[in-house]
Amino acid sequence: MKHLLGTQDLSRDEAVLILDTASQMAATQEREIRKLPTLRGKTVVNLFFEDSTRTRISFEAAAKRLSADVINFSAKGSSVSKGESLKDTALTLQAMGADAVVIRHWASGAAYQLAHGGWLHGSVLNAGDGTHEHPTQALLDAFTMRKHLADSDGGGTDGKGLDGLRVAIVGDVLHSRVARSNMHLLTTLGASVALVAPPTLLPVGMDDWPVEVFHGLDAALDAQPVDAVMMLRVQRERMTGGGASFFPSPAEYTRMFGLDIQRMARLPDHGIVMHPGPMNRGLEISAEAADSARSVIVEQVANGVAVRMAALYLLLAGREGAS
Amino acid sequence: MVFENVSFAGQTEGYLLVEDGIITGMQGTAISAPASARRLDASGLIALPGLVDLHTHLREPGREDAETIETGSRAAARGGWTAVHAMANTDPVADTAGVVEQVWSRGREVGLVDVFPVGAVTVGLKGERLSEMGAMADSRARVRAFSDDGKCVYDPVIMRRALEYVKSFDGVIIQHAQDLRLTEGSQMHEGEVSAELGLAGWPAVAEESIVARDVLLAGHVGSRVHLQHLSTAGSVDIVRWAKSRGIQVTAEATPHHLLLTHEEARTYDPLFKVNPPLRTAEDVEAVRAGLADGTIDIVATDHAPHASQDKDCEWAAASFGMLGLETAVGIVQQTMVDTGRMTWGQVALRMSHLPARIGRVEHVHGRRMAQGQPANVTLVDPASPWTVDAATLASRSRNTPYAGRVLPGRAVATFLRGKPTYLDPRFEGVFA
Repeated sequence: MKHLLGTQDLSRDEAVLILDTASQMAATQEREIRKLPTLRGKTVVNLFFEDSTRTRISFEAAAKRLSADVINFSAKGSSVSKGESLKDTALTLQAMGADAVVIRHWASGAAYQLAHGGWLHGSVLNAGDGTHEHPTQALLDAFTMRKHLADSDGGGTDGKGLDGLRVAIVGDVLHSRVARSNMHLLTTLGASVALVAPPTLLPVGMDDWPVEVFHGLDAALDAQPVDAVMMLRVQRERMTGGGASFFPSPAEYTRMFGLDIQRMARLPDHGIVMHPGPMNRGLEISAEAADSARSVIVEQVANGVAVRMAALYLLLAGREGAS
Repeated sequence: MVFENVSFAGQTEGYLLVEDGIITGMQGTAISAPASARRLDASGLIALPGLVDLHTHLREPGREDAETIETGSRAAARGGWTAVHAMANTDPVADTAGVVEQVWSRGREVGLVDVFPVGAVTVGLKGERLSEMGAMADSRARVRAFSDDGKCVYDPVIMRRALEYVKSFDGVIIQHAQDLRLTEGSQMHEGEVSAELGLAGWPAVAEESIVARDVLLAGHVGSRVHLQHLSTAGSVDIVRWAKSRGIQVTAEATPHHLLLTHEEARTYDPLFKVNPPLRTAEDVEAVRAGLADGTIDIVATDHAPHASQDKDCEWAAASFGMLGLETAVGIVQQTMVDTGRMTWGQVALRMSHLPARIGRVEHVHGRRMAQGQPANVTLVDPASPWTVDAATLASRSRNTPYAGRVLPGRAVATFLRGKPTYLDPRFEGVFA
């Protein structure tokens, strides 16, 4: 693997390798000294054209625990012309000798362009591009699901996918890179995906997507047992303001799509509740559901570091497996 | 000058005698001409009446870094065009007699192609108040075609008034059909590719609803409306219906909507970002069928030069538009002639006669090739495959989406009133 741009092009073997490697990385994080020498001498640049403190510090922690040198480059607002900065920044990073560039960008396709524009030679790791993909989020979600839901025989999770699991992704699918990346990866790993959203928040042109679609959370919970329910963030101001009218009111959204204690109680005993953060408590998820024993939301954050360590390791240190 | 063994619009073969910019002889057998006359062997070449583009962006005044009237004229001549209609979305906007006269006279100074300025329908292209279209019509530029191209005349009352107003000087309103509300932030055709790529969709209905509204309005007030760059099967159907009802509507197709589909966006290369966007293969087929059966009257390039920094960037940050003048003949040949859907005679109709008539310049362009007519002639070599190379284009800009593609033919010589405005190197000896 030279780049990690999305989950759509990941094979099952590649995805499982990343998850297995992440397990090994997670194990090292329980040691007294958590830092590994693996990427000593390598330079990782966190190139953020969009604010995301959580994602940036997760990548920063991952790179530092592998002993890479980390440069944080916040390009947001550094250029009046939105366009010029991607190319020029890439040329700058190339001149500085970046081995890997972690890019977060408001424009769909920016990571692809960075990888294929001929501007730099290092690896590109997509940390979220517009409304397209966010592969490490999907990988950390899959890692979390695998840990909780794919070890029923107690034999560990290595080599396993998510076969037979049913995952509901609830909310603004239209604008969600998390939903797209999860849909591709979950399908590749053998899970079935239900997208739960009002028709206004689903894209036109998704007829061939390998998913079931529900227009209410109750309908999705009624259809079949849901092993994991993933609540997407709803951007309140974007949804109802400025004539956008994706739904009539936050209250109606919460009534039809919000996860509260009652709906959560309808999950099977092993069912888990997930959220990529940051949450709108009281809108897409109630505080009780977010803080319940079923919630793995905080664990997702911890797993994010292990998954990002695995991705950086596999891109920069080769495929021979973590030691 | 004598053109020998030339094929007139791909039909009869013969000789053409040009003296003082006028066709003075045209016949099947050798023409007696003064010994001093230049002789051009046109064996294997198609002679078309000089091509007329109803939709060109020359960018001057205002964006001379992307194109000038001079470089755009050179690109036009090289593509086989003898006349272009220069769109009004310049800076300043061509919404006054002063600006259109400036563009017109600069075109004459350059002298490579007749530049007919298109006037803005509304002041500053803002869609709020009609511009002084009468003054532009009465100016030396003699404007007959009006368009807010790049923007849609969105307000139905303004559109109705514009349609009515230009009747007094036999003008035409040229509409860029795009519902503004349905396309806020839109980046590409709304369909399975946009859903996957996460690029905001530009739905077909946003074009079709304005096409439908405007043919109804034109029918209601009895005016002429010309619809730019039809890109969807639905638009073609609506125009076909309107024509069957006798509404005075004409329409154009661009070369890119005859050839390319939304699949091109998968590379996120902004060279393929254009407005209206590249659509589905079914839409491309419908546009070709519409052009073949005459529902779509003409081919127009929507030649839209952009400086490299406006294309060498993120898709969402890039400008809409692509070059077209120098590749149009090859693409029309590939998609329509070589597929058997159009003859070269129909190419002459759709790229010369009809665009001249719609733009009301048919007194000087798009004339029949006949004795006594101005010698506006384009020679096409339909058997000279060439690879498009952005670096060698005459345009000042480089934003061609066809770089690396092989096109089957091209214009090899262009004559404006008998004067060569572009000559392939093979003819250098003739005019040495």
